[in-house]
Amino acid sequence: MNLSKILKNAFLIAMFGLIVTACATKKSVKTTTESSTTTKAAETQKADPIEKLDALMQGDVYIGSDTVGELASGVPDRVFFATNETILTTASRETLRKQAAWLRQNSDVTVVVEGHADERGTREYNLALGERRANAAKDYLMTYGVSSDRIKVLSYGKERPVDSGSNPLSWSKNRRSVTVKAN
Amino acid sequence: MKNKFLLILIFCFFLKPGISYSLVEIDITRGNLDPLPISVSPFFTDEISEEKIKKNLDIDNLGLEISKVIENNLSKTGLFDTLDKESFLQKPDIAHLKPRFEDWTLIKSQVLITGKVTSKIINEKDYIKIEFKLWDVLGAKMVDGFSLTTVPTNWRRVGHKISDKVYERLTGESGYFDTRIIYVAEEGPKTQRVKKLAIMDQDGFNTKYLTLGNELVLTPRFNPTNQMVTYLSYFRNMPRVYLLNIETGKQEVVGDFPGMTFAPRFSPDGKKIIMSLAKDGNSEIWVRNLETNIQEKLTDHPSIDTSPSYSPDGKYITFNSDRSGYQQIYVMRSDGSKVKRISFGKGIYGTPVWSPRGDLIAFTKLHKGKFFIGVMRTDGTGERLLTENFYQEAPSWSPNGRIIIFYRETKTDDKGQGFSAKLWSIDLTGYNERLVLTETDASDPSWSSLLGN
Repeated sequence: MNLSKILKNAFLIAMFGLIVTACATKKSVKTTTESSTTTKAAETQKADPIEKLDALMQGDVYIGSDTVGELASGVPDRVFFATNETILTTASRETLRKQAAWLRQNSDVTVVVEGHADERGTREYNLALGERRANAAKDYLMTYGVSSDRIKVLSYGKERPVDSGSNPLSWSKNRRSVTVKAN
Repeated sequence: MKNKFLLILIFCFFLKPGISYSLVEIDITRGNLDPLPISVSPFFTDEISEEKIKKNLDIDNLGLEISKVIENNLSKTGLFDTLDKESFLQKPDIAHLKPRFEDWTLIKSQVLITGKVTSKIINEKDYIKIEFKLWDVLGAKMVDGFSLTTVPTNWRRVGHKISDKVYERLTGESGYFDTRIIYVAEEGPKTQRVKKLAIMDQDGFNTKYLTLGNELVLTPRFNPTNQMVTYLSYFRNMPRVYLLNIETGKQEVVGDFPGMTFAPRFSPDGKKIIMSLAKDGNSEIWVRNLETNIQEKLTDHPSIDTSPSYSPDGKYITFNSDRSGYQQIYVMRSDGSKVKRISFGKGIYGTPVWSPRGDLIAFTKLHKGKFFIGVMRTDGTGERLLTENFYQEAPSWSPNGRIIIFYRETKTDDKGQGFSAKLWSIDLTGYNERLVLTETDASDPSWSSLLGN
């Protein structure tokens, strides 16, 4: 073995050592983050995930209050839908009755009902679905005495999600119609 | 400017197209095959021309660059194995005159492309003349070639035209390289995406943004006969179908409808637009004649009817409807009569698009939480799924009906991060799936026809 070869080998061994150390360091860092997330997950699990999800979704309709704003004080601005559905749930009808009552008291207010879909459908179909949802809400408001010329509908399809997650809970928050003051 | 897009063909003569039977041929209907070894020699440029071109384009070696455009096009088809230029034994100028076939056989090349770039002055304006020849190495003869003269800035298009010629000659199918793709460029967080119309050459070069991003724009589609585009814009919060002339930038609303219009597509003759009108919770399909301004309702059903697409002969329309309870694909006559459901597989179906060849319909399918791009015959038989993913949709055909381009979105992580939307393409055979490079995130692609002259 000549000198250059020995040097080369020594260099290779040194390089190898460096790589191994680098890997080891990386790994240990990763393990720390992993273990911290595991702890967090374990904590959430202690809080009983089934009960938690039950408190947020009924079937696949969102019933929580996260993301829900107010049209007026004590009047929620949005209602939620089941996948591919435009039927108003009991809770949705209650919300819309509150909206209608408030709109009857404030007869100078006009609104836009925005219809939305989740990301699990084709863009064009979801535009139609959003329009159908917004109209379901509009029709209910009209039944409770709000005249149709005060309500515009606007479908956003799946273009304006409120929750960027890719999971059933996020999707349930995005399947919604939102009543927004227009003036 | 029309000239900006049109190639100025001063002359275009064929150098003795090979009448004799060529030895090299590719069968592209087979899925998995050995790619054909092909050499694209750098195009020869003399020193005087090189100087002039450098002044015009700021490109050092235009001949080499043109050969790279061709190489890139051919290798992305998956049908050709483009050989490394380092292995070429013969100089570009001599090879173009008369190749020493043994030199090319030695590196196992079966086909050779050579060329020459010369600068010219016509009416005191600079032009480039580009010659190309296609050689059958095993048969030891020239099989095709042409020469054309154009303004220097058109050089990439010449590369695409040469690629089309080579593809046509070797596969027997028409090419798709001298084409463009219009799409929606996306930026920003998932909850507040900013979307702009963008157009680029089929190979991802020459990207131009056609709108500023002030309003939401969706689903642009080319007119198959000219450079017009139809799309959905939320201008003034009124979602309506628009018509855009990409040469002049002029935009106008299509028709006068009492509600949201969306899902537009041109008829094959480019004279009509079919689309959906959503009103009072019901979406129906309408057609508007752009010449007579007559608009007509084609469907009449309380369900959602959307995503219409004409057959290439204009006699039929395929569309998406949930009248059976779920999204399925239907076909009807173009007057709205004889509605027939054609999709009966498991899952739900959307976005039917008729192939330019007429024999297939591409679609998006959702089954067991996965999205598929697939094709079926126009009577619904022969369903074939080409690709599966977390989310993908919006297939659009290459003008020769061999390739489908679509967009794919990624699943976000626990924190809602990591969202992206990209364009992908896949061969009709289900092979050769490729990411289509775009400057930004991208969706809703539409492939143009061949640009012509």
